[in-house]
Amino acid sequence: MSDALPLHPALIVLIVPLGAAALLALLPSYRLTARLNMLATLMTLSAAVSLFVSEPPVPGHYLLVDELNIVFVVLNTFVGFTTSVFSASYIAHELAIERLTPKYLRFYHAMYQMLMFAMNLALLADNIGLMWVAIEIATLTTVLMVGIYRTHEALEAAWKYFILGSVGIALALFGTILVYMAARPVVGEGLDAMVWTVLIEHAAAFDPALLDVAFVFLLLGYGTKVGLAPVHAWLPDAHAEGPTPISAVLSGLLLNVALYAVLRFKLLLSGNPAALAPGPLMVTMGLVSLVFAAFMLYRRRDIKRMFAYSSIEHMGIITFAFGLGGPLANFAGLLHMVMHSLTKSAIFFAVGHIAQIKGSQKIADIRGLTETHPWLGWGLVVGVVAIAGLPPMGIFMSEFLIVSSTFAREPLLAIPLVFGLLIGFGALLLRLNGLAFGEPSGSTAPAEASYVPMFAHLALVLAGGLYLPPPLVAWFQHVAGLLR
Amino acid sequence: MHGLAFDIAHLLAGGLVLVSFMLLYQDRLYALLNIFALHALVLALSVAWQAFAQDAPHLYVTAAIALVFKAIVIPVVLHRIIQRLGIHREIENVVSIGLTMLAGVGLVALSLVVMLRVTAEAAPMAREDMAFALSVVLLGLLIMVTRRNAVSQVVGFMSLENGLVLAAAGARGMPLVVEISVAFSILIAFIVIGIFLFRIRERFDTVDLQALDRYRGERR
Repeated sequence: MSDALPLHPALIVLIVPLGAAALLALLPSYRLTARLNMLATLMTLSAAVSLFVSEPPVPGHYLLVDELNIVFVVLNTFVGFTTSVFSASYIAHELAIERLTPKYLRFYHAMYQMLMFAMNLALLADNIGLMWVAIEIATLTTVLMVGIYRTHEALEAAWKYFILGSVGIALALFGTILVYMAARPVVGEGLDAMVWTVLIEHAAAFDPALLDVAFVFLLLGYGTKVGLAPVHAWLPDAHAEGPTPISAVLSGLLLNVALYAVLRFKLLLSGNPAALAPGPLMVTMGLVSLVFAAFMLYRRRDIKRMFAYSSIEHMGIITFAFGLGGPLANFAGLLHMVMHSLTKSAIFFAVGHIAQIKGSQKIADIRGLTETHPWLGWGLVVGVVAIAGLPPMGIFMSEFLIVSSTFAREPLLAIPLVFGLLIGFGALLLRLNGLAFGEPSGSTAPAEASYVPMFAHLALVLAGGLYLPPPLVAWFQHVAGLLR
Repeated sequence: MHGLAFDIAHLLAGGLVLVSFMLLYQDRLYALLNIFALHALVLALSVAWQAFAQDAPHLYVTAAIALVFKAIVIPVVLHRIIQRLGIHREIENVVSIGLTMLAGVGLVALSLVVMLRVTAEAAPMAREDMAFALSVVLLGLLIMVTRRNAVSQVVGFMSLENGLVLAAAGARGMPLVVEISVAFSILIAFIVIGIFLFRIRERFDTVDLQALDRYRGERR
């Protein structure tokens, strides 16, 4: 397969979005650029899928394809594609009500592709310095997109995200330098001491004290981008004030990319027997995020902000699962990550159209959706039922696996975990009741929505809850084994 | 020769920490910018000395970037922005200067204890460099949390970033240092453009309760 292609698919995954970004910045017609945006993400997706069958690239200093990051890249490009489909119908409405002008749309599409490029680069990078640069580019592009409406609130949200995100990546860079310092005496000076594959191989010989300090910086730094509790403050604002497709990409993808970085460094630490165990740190941060976000869900009055807090909650659960470690918890963490990405972006697809119809994001202004807009209303109901963790959806399954493996290994930790899950569950269902049922309020204008991305995601989540195909299970189990 | 190389590196890195302290107690924006230009100058000298001592010519590029971009271009541009926005006299400290200085001393002590302990096996030059670099990073964070004005916050971030460049230059033979300092310069350029275009005067933090109500955007 790879013989037939002049370029390795891993390169195509990077080149297509980069080229598309340049092209979309130049083309004036928004109809054309919206379609080209879809086409480019589709091409990236197909290149990403072909990574499964192609041979891994020749080991170099920069790119790496292994079982772990294929999962992330495919998920990333898939949600990137469906979001671009949703985005096309979303921005048509934004243009119609003149919230965005064609000039800004050019910029928006170019930035969308840049973001896809940066995230794919961060996932495929075989070099801790390159990964850091990629995550920085991703931060910059999302900052620009969050502020694109240029309202007072949007600018404030973008500024806050900017400052917190910059501090986060600055701390992550310090951690990266420390990892290099730990590797240098063993691996030797130069590029080798920043290459993942080399680092993992020699991890056991590194100075454990340096690795410990490095991991604390990396966890705090990249943890800011994951949205973990003490350093999450940018996340709700950025989700609420930016365009909804960007909220979907932020929640569904960018948080995962940052988590991937944390996971890689966790692997490095667990490869060194004398270094501190990274698990307990991640478990603590995960649990704090979960419980904190679950309580915060009750007081939300803005619908996008509410689902942003729900993202913090779920990133907490996933971090907890990976921190706990072991084959079962890692498997559940991976599954939960995939299911959460699909569900949360589906919810944002629904919320985007709903907020456009009602002309407001306030929860109080939105009522009785299932009567006025049955497709959107029921889509939202299914999405929220899934995200709250009710059977038969996929998130129920992954949460069940996480809870049961916690009970088996650390029963005491299961108490705050279940407590947080239940609190969050209650808040979501409480709000859902008002949103979806009861007396309709606000505009009842028909929706000009594209339902396909939303229902495609929800169908996948449902399928994940009912039946997981054995090859997928085997793949996830294999990756979970790698993660230790 | 080797002893001298170490002494000069030590002097310059220590000087950077000292200038960070000077940034902490400035209460005029213009003065803050001037001190920041000094900060960047000391960094440029320090990186250039590392380039000479390690015989690593690519670090001269990093030093040049620090000198031209951070010691000259950015302070001049920020000077103009302050004039345009008419905010030259306001620096509001959240915490009093005495307390801030004490906290700064505590942070420097902390970073010395942590870094000297964990880098026991590294070369002495890299060791001292990392300890000072972490001090500069933490002092930069302290400036960011104790200031409410967007410009002085950006100055805090840039001094933090200077600490990172010092660390990267001190880690012997680290690749991508030039690329990373370019990436950071782009980031800072974006921030400065952002301030100018959107006339952001204050920062938006969760420490200030009044600000919290306004910025959460939920209580409207």
